[in-house]
Amino acid sequence: MRPRHLSEPRVVRWILTGAALAFMVVFLFLPLVVVFAEALRKGLGVYLAAIQDPVALSAIRLTLIVTALVVPLNAAFGVAAAWAIAKFEFRGKNLLTTLIDLPFSVSPVISGMVFVLLLGAHGFLGPWLLERDVKIIFALPGIVLATLFVTFPLVARELIPLMRSQGNDEEHAALTLGAGGWQTFFRISLPKIKWGLVYGVVLCAARAMGEFGAVSVVSGHIRGVTNTIPLHVEILYNEYQFAASFAVASLLTFMAVLTLALKGLIEWRSGSRAV
Amino acid sequence: MATGATPRGGVLPGFGLAMGFTLSYLGLIVLIPLATIPLTTATLTPAQFWDTVTAPRTLAAYGLSFGASFVAAMINAVFGLLVAWVLERYDFPGKRLVDGLVDLPFALPTALAGIVLTTFYAGNGWIGQYLEPRGIKVAYTPLGVVVALTFIGLPFVVRTVQPVLRDLDIQVEGAAASLGASRLQTFRRIILPEILPATLTGSTLAFARALGEYGSVIFIAGNMPMRSEITPLLIMIKLEQFDYAGATAIALVFLLVSFGLLFLINMMALRRRTAAAAG
Repeated sequence: MRPRHLSEPRVVRWILTGAALAFMVVFLFLPLVVVFAEALRKGLGVYLAAIQDPVALSAIRLTLIVTALVVPLNAAFGVAAAWAIAKFEFRGKNLLTTLIDLPFSVSPVISGMVFVLLLGAHGFLGPWLLERDVKIIFALPGIVLATLFVTFPLVARELIPLMRSQGNDEEHAALTLGAGGWQTFFRISLPKIKWGLVYGVVLCAARAMGEFGAVSVVSGHIRGVTNTIPLHVEILYNEYQFAASFAVASLLTFMAVLTLALKGLIEWRSGSRAV
Repeated sequence: MATGATPRGGVLPGFGLAMGFTLSYLGLIVLIPLATIPLTTATLTPAQFWDTVTAPRTLAAYGLSFGASFVAAMINAVFGLLVAWVLERYDFPGKRLVDGLVDLPFALPTALAGIVLTTFYAGNGWIGQYLEPRGIKVAYTPLGVVVALTFIGLPFVVRTVQPVLRDLDIQVEGAAASLGASRLQTFRRIILPEILPATLTGSTLAFARALGEYGSVIFIAGNMPMRSEITPLLIMIKLEQFDYAGATAIALVFLLVSFGLLFLINMMALRRRTAAAAG
């Protein structure tokens, strides 16, 4: 605790703490409670029925498939990008780092739009794809591409500063002792960045499951076929099936709370704060 | 880019492989798709382009997007600073839980945030039922847009200010106190100048995030053209009408103005910092 003369008078401390807590409760905590209150408003029966509805189940399946495809790809990219950027010096490094962050500053709607422009029926490659009967937009590949774009920087961003701060001494020792490149990578480098990688993967998975705007553009909203969980929530909500909508939404809320819990656990395990 | 690469302090393998994969993946997933925006816009004549981006409905959407994002960033600057201060400096029960809760807007899917906030602030909602009789309408108004954008931007200021507050040298505050400065003077003269750059960085990040936000806004905004229609939604509407060139023209101007503004803010922050370092 700080010495008393370097802190504020007790009244000021209480007022500030009270104001901050009131803001957090009204702005963050109560909305979280709303989800479960609304989901259970018509009873547990309606809640379970909404989650077990075949259309809801197909949305859950699609979301899990998309996440299972997106996370390994972006994780592999994150490790490769971090290896190149953190372990080597080369010209244009700042430009490369800026370009990797680019998807963060692009609106989700624009992120989805670029794939429609490139691969949609009226897009640049549309006629070519149509001839070969390959469907990307309004189908699974389009949803995967849009999700890849939106979650693109997440793993790389966790790993680049981490790898840079760790240095290369252990790697050099391993190589000097005769270990091969891949051996060094899997035995030395990968364990060193383990927690950063886990955290990046958690963030990437959470974002992939919850992405709405970009997926909304490329999905075509075909019920039971191309609707992910967030899109299914939107449809139920717009049809005034509020209890069912919040019931399905509660699944995503569980996921969000789990993400926060994992973040806390990883910070605790790695002994430092992940930012 | 790959030429002239030198390993830091010794020979490590794998630069070619890692760089090759990084660049091809970046090109395929990000750069080639983004290039379609200027290419599609280029199919418009200059007159058509000008008419699209200066149409009253487009200008109203730009105004709302930039205005509401700015107001939300300012609210977050004040409350984010307050929350960061209380979390770093004071002890109270449940502090770790509150600290974890700060990241909720990062973890909660945006569409979910949208329907939750709408339910919360609607005329018959948990908070709305108390606000509306007093003449404060939040849901389905521009005020609703600000509320949604404040929600999604909150973690940025808190998380950028917290580490700076933690690393502040307590001895400087002690010196100020022993020289007779009051707590308020110490805060204004010593602490605030130290944490102001981080606050500005945090609110810039929140501003940038708010500009493109879609999911949380469209439910609460009411989406009336000229009044509560944000730019990403207008782009979405153009796309649904198959007006691809119109959509990209609006998107291109929106992206360029956003990047320009963010660049300007970053330059200002940089100049302040170098000026402070020199002074």
